[in-house]
Amino acid sequence: MKLTRRHLLAALPALGAAGLGAGFIRMLHGLDQGHFDPRAINTPLTGQPVPDFPTLPSLPDRPGLSRGDFQTVKQPVLLSIWASWCLPCMEEIPFLHQLAASLADATAPLALWGLCYKDQPTSAARWLDRAGHPFSRLGMDQDGQAAIDWGVSGVPETFLIMPDPQVGGRIVWHGTGSLTETAYQAHILPHLERRP
Amino acid sequence: MRLLFALCLLFLTIPPSLAVDTPDEMLPDPALEQKAQQIGQQLRCLVCQNESIEESSAPLAKDLRHIVRQQLRQGRAPKDIEAWMVQRYGEFIRLRPAFSAMTALLWLMPVLSLMVALLLARRLWHRSAPPAPLTAEERHTLDSMLKKD
Amino acid sequence: MTFLTPLFCPEGGHFALALACALAFMQGILPLIGLRHADSPLTALTRPLALSQCLALLFAWACLIIASLGDDFSLKLIAETSAINKPWAYKIAGLWGNHEGSLLLWVTLLSLWCAGLALLPGQSAARPARLPARLRARLLALLGLVGAGFQLFCLTTSNPFLRLWPVPADGMGMNPLLQDPGLAVHPPLLYGGYVGFAVPFAFAISTLLEGRADALWARYMRPWVISAWALLTLGITLGSWWSYSVLGWGGYWFWDPVENAALIPWLTGTALLHSVLVVEKRNLLQGWCLLLALTTFAFSLSGTFLVRSGILNSVHAFANDPTRGLFILGLLGLYGGGSLLLFAIRAPALPAPQTGFSPLSREGALLLNNILLCTLCAVVLTGTLYPPFMQLLFGRTLSVGKPFFDATTIPLTLPLLAVMGAGMALPWRQARTDRLLPRLAPALLITAVSILPAFWLFPTPLAASAALLALWVISAALCDLILRLHALPQGNRQLHRLPRSLWAASLAHIGVGVTILGLCGMAGSQERLIEARPGTHTTLSGRDWELTTLTARHGPNFEAVEAHLTIRQHDAHGPLLAELKPQIRLFPQQGQRTLHVAILHRPLEDLYAALGSVKEEHDPQGQSHYTAILRLHENPLASWIWLGGIIMALGGVLHLLPARQRLTRTAGTTS
Repeated sequence: MKLTRRHLLAALPALGAAGLGAGFIRMLHGLDQGHFDPRAINTPLTGQPVPDFPTLPSLPDRPGLSRGDFQTVKQPVLLSIWASWCLPCMEEIPFLHQLAASLADATAPLALWGLCYKDQPTSAARWLDRAGHPFSRLGMDQDGQAAIDWGVSGVPETFLIMPDPQVGGRIVWHGTGSLTETAYQAHILPHLERRP
Repeated sequence: MRLLFALCLLFLTIPPSLAVDTPDEMLPDPALEQKAQQIGQQLRCLVCQNESIEESSAPLAKDLRHIVRQQLRQGRAPKDIEAWMVQRYGEFIRLRPAFSAMTALLWLMPVLSLMVALLLARRLWHRSAPPAPLTAEERHTLDSMLKKD
Repeated sequence: MTFLTPLFCPEGGHFALALACALAFMQGILPLIGLRHADSPLTALTRPLALSQCLALLFAWACLIIASLGDDFSLKLIAETSAINKPWAYKIAGLWGNHEGSLLLWVTLLSLWCAGLALLPGQSAARPARLPARLRARLLALLGLVGAGFQLFCLTTSNPFLRLWPVPADGMGMNPLLQDPGLAVHPPLLYGGYVGFAVPFAFAISTLLEGRADALWARYMRPWVISAWALLTLGITLGSWWSYSVLGWGGYWFWDPVENAALIPWLTGTALLHSVLVVEKRNLLQGWCLLLALTTFAFSLSGTFLVRSGILNSVHAFANDPTRGLFILGLLGLYGGGSLLLFAIRAPALPAPQTGFSPLSREGALLLNNILLCTLCAVVLTGTLYPPFMQLLFGRTLSVGKPFFDATTIPLTLPLLAVMGAGMALPWRQARTDRLLPRLAPALLITAVSILPAFWLFPTPLAASAALLALWVISAALCDLILRLHALPQGNRQLHRLPRSLWAASLAHIGVGVTILGLCGMAGSQERLIEARPGTHTTLSGRDWELTTLTARHGPNFEAVEAHLTIRQHDAHGPLLAELKPQIRLFPQQGQRTLHVAILHRPLEDLYAALGSVKEEHDPQGQSHYTAILRLHENPLASWIWLGGIIMALGGVLHLLPARQRLTRTAGTTS
């Protein structure tokens, strides 16, 4: 009896180390594959209704953004948070543009909206002119308060919102970093296809 | 960046933030300002993740500092302000994690490891029987050693 | 120097590194074969192999330093971290300020420890207390195997001698924050401590392999534990001091994963330092002490290398390379995991202790010290690893920061201090309360008398109680010394008659007390953030601080604005106390701003000023005015934090000094 307890105790450190080691291997693998990031912040908003945020004006001649818009819209919304001073936002523009072109008509399965974070209207307008105006709605969040309500910690970030008549839109997916074709197909398309 | 150890500092990619910021964002009431700093020190900056929002000079940290002070002035309790932050940024923003099923192991660790250690040590304390008397052979060796001396 | 260039070229260094790696493999394998066949000449090769491996690595360093001083930007490492206008001292010190260079430093320090082990005079008939030759050969072999693995890692994935093409005209320069004398010395000390724990590790492995029943190994191992511990203590102290005096945020410890990575082996190392005494004196806790020796080195390895894999969310994280991470993990598994596996197999066969402990005895106090230190270690380790594991296992992101560590570690430190004070007065085996109380009475009296002043002086009840316990530790250590001096026979009462180990332990304990007092003092620091034009007066902690001028300065590789502050006692007409000149520096090459903090260290407080930014404003007359944003601090007892660290390390050094003449003479006469 005494012998087995000694054996058990002596084996504990090795077992603990093995557990830690297995965890580290999985983390390294995750880092390599891009699905583990120690700096990641999981937003508590996924699965929640669209948060309350101040109604945002847009650039001249363009529709702005308010919480009510999420209540009236019939199709899912892809909300992109961006800024003209942000380099990774430039990287996602070709894809957003391509996406916007495929969504041109009103019966499209998805609406692409934008929230411009802490930016000057003039520089945002210049940037949009160059980018080809991919967003059908645009909110100018100049003091960054609306972005805080959305729990945004950096640009670019993307939210996928499904229409929900009871609560007026529900957030189903959130991504950080430039949106890519791969991420779109892996995370966003499944949600769209699941819709009746 | 309040990072400490230099050893690998070397690999810094983030530009260093400066702890000195403008004094005009401070509240005029020193007691309330101290309360604001205490709340701010519990909240993690989401940009410079190794600092609290009170120390970080990232623009977002500045905005959050401002919100903390605004809400304090409106008379909200520190607990409510933290809850407001957690609602937006999740548990990540708390530098001192709230006690929950998820963090039970973390918070109970000091008590757990102390208890396990004391339990193991108790076995040692229990075994404090007086040393066994010398065997005849040992006594003989001892005697011969003493004689030689 | 030019005639040396062909010899000391980077390829020479590269070759030397490869040679050292081969020598390390030989050092690891040959003696083990030799030891199997008793007294084989192969065993005798160990010492020359260890020395030549060390020389080869020093040669590699010489090549690297010559290339750096000669601004050879064809070397990738130098192009990425150096620049023509960098001061020459940092051209050398900057070499270990990056992944490749610090790894080379790591293996070189290990080879230096090996050389030390190889050069130390061995056991002879006249000196039976010294290290036996066979044990030394086995230790060097084990250390050779450790070194060989890391040198292979260095050669294959992190080679500092890689060339770059095309050769840039100038380097990218070094992070200006690192251009500080404290930081030049900090990595060698810290790594010296980390690596130093490889020697106790080798002792533990060798003991487990041999399965010896006696406790002799503990006596051989102790000096090595103490020297590694002293270096690690100095390294951590210096790192914290650098953070305080260079980063300019007014604090000294942030519980960053990298800081914790240094603290964890320090905690287990301190526990090892104390438990090894119990093994040596009472032949108890053998298995526990071996485990501590193994884990301390395993934690050192993980501390140095896990922070480089990108798993922990640290500011120190660097460019993540999966092959590197896997190699590191493989080495960690081999050395850390392998040794723990050996422990699991061999430890149960160690002789079980026949006698037990009295809780009221020296060994009882040491055991309690080990329990508290290891609990502290468990808390810090859990806090550091909790976020990545929660994310991996449950996909939850959370943070464990300073408020958590403060709330959990302080309640564990207070009882530790209480035990520390009493521990030195306790005799081995069994204490008698009627003798113990008079021994502790003076220290208890001093502490009791200080209760009221402490609660009046320190800002919070917690700080006051911690300060009282620190005072208890210091006074108990001093009283113990005095009482032991009085116990010496009349006419022999000189300080140097007391055993050196007693002095060393007292000094180390006093150091801990001094550090804790410093921490308590810092809890009452005052700071003020001001926006000021030249001529503005501010009052902080009863002093008048005046910003007199703002001037521009030019440095070798930076431009700076300097604020000139005059501090007077009481008010603007009081006696001059100090002049502080904080700067804000702009390094154009990196486009980086740094604060150059000005600190006046006084015995009981630090006056500390940081210049945050300078604004230029034009008034309606078109004249420009400059406004500075300044952060002023009054930090009570701040320098005691680092002074205590130095005293602790001095205690370690004192212990290592050669034994007294009298002892060796008596040993000589009896033999």
